[in-house]
Amino acid sequence: MTTTPMVDIRGVHKFFGELHVLKGIDLQVQRGEVCVVLGPSGSGKSTLIRCINELEQISAGRLYVDGELMGLREEDGTLYRLSDEQIAKQRERVGMVFQRFNLFPHMTARENVMEAPRQVRGLRKDEAAKLADEQLARVGLSDRADHYPAQLSGGQQQRVAIARALAMEPELMLFDEPTSALDPELVGEVLGVMQELAASGMTMIVVTHEVGFAREVGDQVVFMDDGVIVERGEPRQVIDSPREQRTKDFFDKVL
Amino acid sequence: MQRPELIDARPVPRPSLWIWAGIVVLVAAAFIYDLFTNGNYRWDVVADHLFDPRVLSAVVWTLILTVGAMVLGITMAVTMAVMRMSTNPILRGVAWAYIWFFRGTPIFTQLIFWGLFVVLWPTITLGIPFGPELFSVDSNVFYTPALFAIIGLGLNEGAYLSEIVRAGLNSVDKGQWEAATALGMKRSKTLWRIVMPQAMRVIVPPTGNETISMLKTTSLVLAVPVSLELQFVTNAIGNKAFLPIPLLIVAAIWYLFITSVLMVFQSRLERYYGKGFDDSEADRGKVKGMSKRQQAILASGTVHDDPNLEVTP
Ligand SMILES: Nc1ncnc2c1ncn2[C@@H]1O[C@H](COP(=O)(O)OP(=O)(O)O)[C@@H](O)[C@H]1O
Ligand SMILES: [Mg+2]
Repeated sequence: MTTTPMVDIRGVHKFFGELHVLKGIDLQVQRGEVCVVLGPSGSGKSTLIRCINELEQISAGRLYVDGELMGLREEDGTLYRLSDEQIAKQRERVGMVFQRFNLFPHMTARENVMEAPRQVRGLRKDEAAKLADEQLARVGLSDRADHYPAQLSGGQQQRVAIARALAMEPELMLFDEPTSALDPELVGEVLGVMQELAASGMTMIVVTHEVGFAREVGDQVVFMDDGVIVERGEPRQVIDSPREQRTKDFFDKVL
Repeated sequence: MQRPELIDARPVPRPSLWIWAGIVVLVAAAFIYDLFTNGNYRWDVVADHLFDPRVLSAVVWTLILTVGAMVLGITMAVTMAVMRMSTNPILRGVAWAYIWFFRGTPIFTQLIFWGLFVVLWPTITLGIPFGPELFSVDSNVFYTPALFAIIGLGLNEGAYLSEIVRAGLNSVDKGQWEAATALGMKRSKTLWRIVMPQAMRVIVPPTGNETISMLKTTSLVLAVPVSLELQFVTNAIGNKAFLPIPLLIVAAIWYLFITSVLMVFQSRLERYYGKGFDDSEADRGKVKGMSKRQQAILASGTVHDDPNLEVTP
């Protein structure tokens, strides 16, 4: 029996004007799998995961999440763009965590987590508050629920951001360098939360420079350079004994 | 440990400071002396007219015009600012044309025009241009000078405020849009719940100034003509009694009083919209608490991201 992959990317290209940023990406991520994307800056990692939840529109190819074509509808060989509402609906199943947290600064941690369940899923205030407290407990921040983002450390802010994404009960979580903006001593707490999330069976695509995390938590490691996937496979194989020279050069530098 | 001896040095002498202070005190004293001794002020007339029913009614009308025009102005401004950010080129064009027209002509001209509304369009007809007429109404049915004064002031104000609103919306980090979008929130929800409350911080101070300015601009509605507001009424009373100066003082006192109340209100609003942005104790000296300007400096890569980088291996 074959199961539909959680994410199925086929021949995806992305242009920004003349700039060719993704040059034919093929990638499958199975349900429950953690896929870690590594690669030098500017190689198109962020663009790739932003395409998955349609923050960017792909220029060519097809992108499926849980078997559903993203952003488009195909009928009798003709493609139709989906409306903003339909795209928003598709995004509900995909959570995203950003490098710079992007918490809503005018709301407390609890209000940040409550916002989308209230506004998108239409939960009542008490239901949303209960859900928010559960999610904040999950990332170990029950005692910070009433703090504003500016009153939290970077690591705490990122954990609130993770709780906020989880509150929409997504089937897939995307992480774009979640620890790159953090002071070194705060990286561990965020990676810890992500590791627990992976252990709970969440499907995750993680762009990161944390090679240790890739090795420990990743089921699949993808190495990208200059808009293409250069190499993919078992974390230990890709990181410790890469087949491609470009991959080898990259890990020689970062390790 | 022994306490070090603290530096207790004399400040640099600044004789020019004392000279200027002396001049200011002299001028102020002369002015106050004049207020008390110059009989032309006629403070008795000022006192008699400060709470004159005609003056009070004019104060109320001035407030109605100000509030009405600002409500319309803010509504137009937000609409136009949102339209200018739209992906639809027609909406963007309409917003651009509105701002171009209402900023490009004097408010006085516009007010005269609104006064001539009935002359220009004696009837308002709903129908298809060059085609059949569906519905028609005599303009005199709804024309009231005060209403058209509010429309005139409000549309003019909207053009100015829309630039302020746009600057406010642009000041909000793009990441806020993205975070809300990624959560599945619609554009309108994101605008009203996420972006606008943060933009308010930039929008409120100039809008407060615009409101105070509007309070005084209402005196131009005699162009419509509307003769109910404070400047016109006090001037009329003063001219009739051959006492223009004390009545001008009455008007000035009321304008100053209302302006002062507005300023208190404005500073409350500013404080309210600053919430969540203030640096907390724990936050001091870290990137998150920094001003936008500092963040921009950091992002430009001209300074070290981490000031501790050199000392912590
Ligand atoms: N919105 C955009 N408009 C134009 N160019 C962009 C945009 N976003 C990213 N790029 C360009 O695409 C390339 C890949 O960027 P990105 O996906 O952010 O790489 P990475 O995350 O691997 O560092 C870079 O050259 C970047 O300048
Ligand atoms: Mg990136």
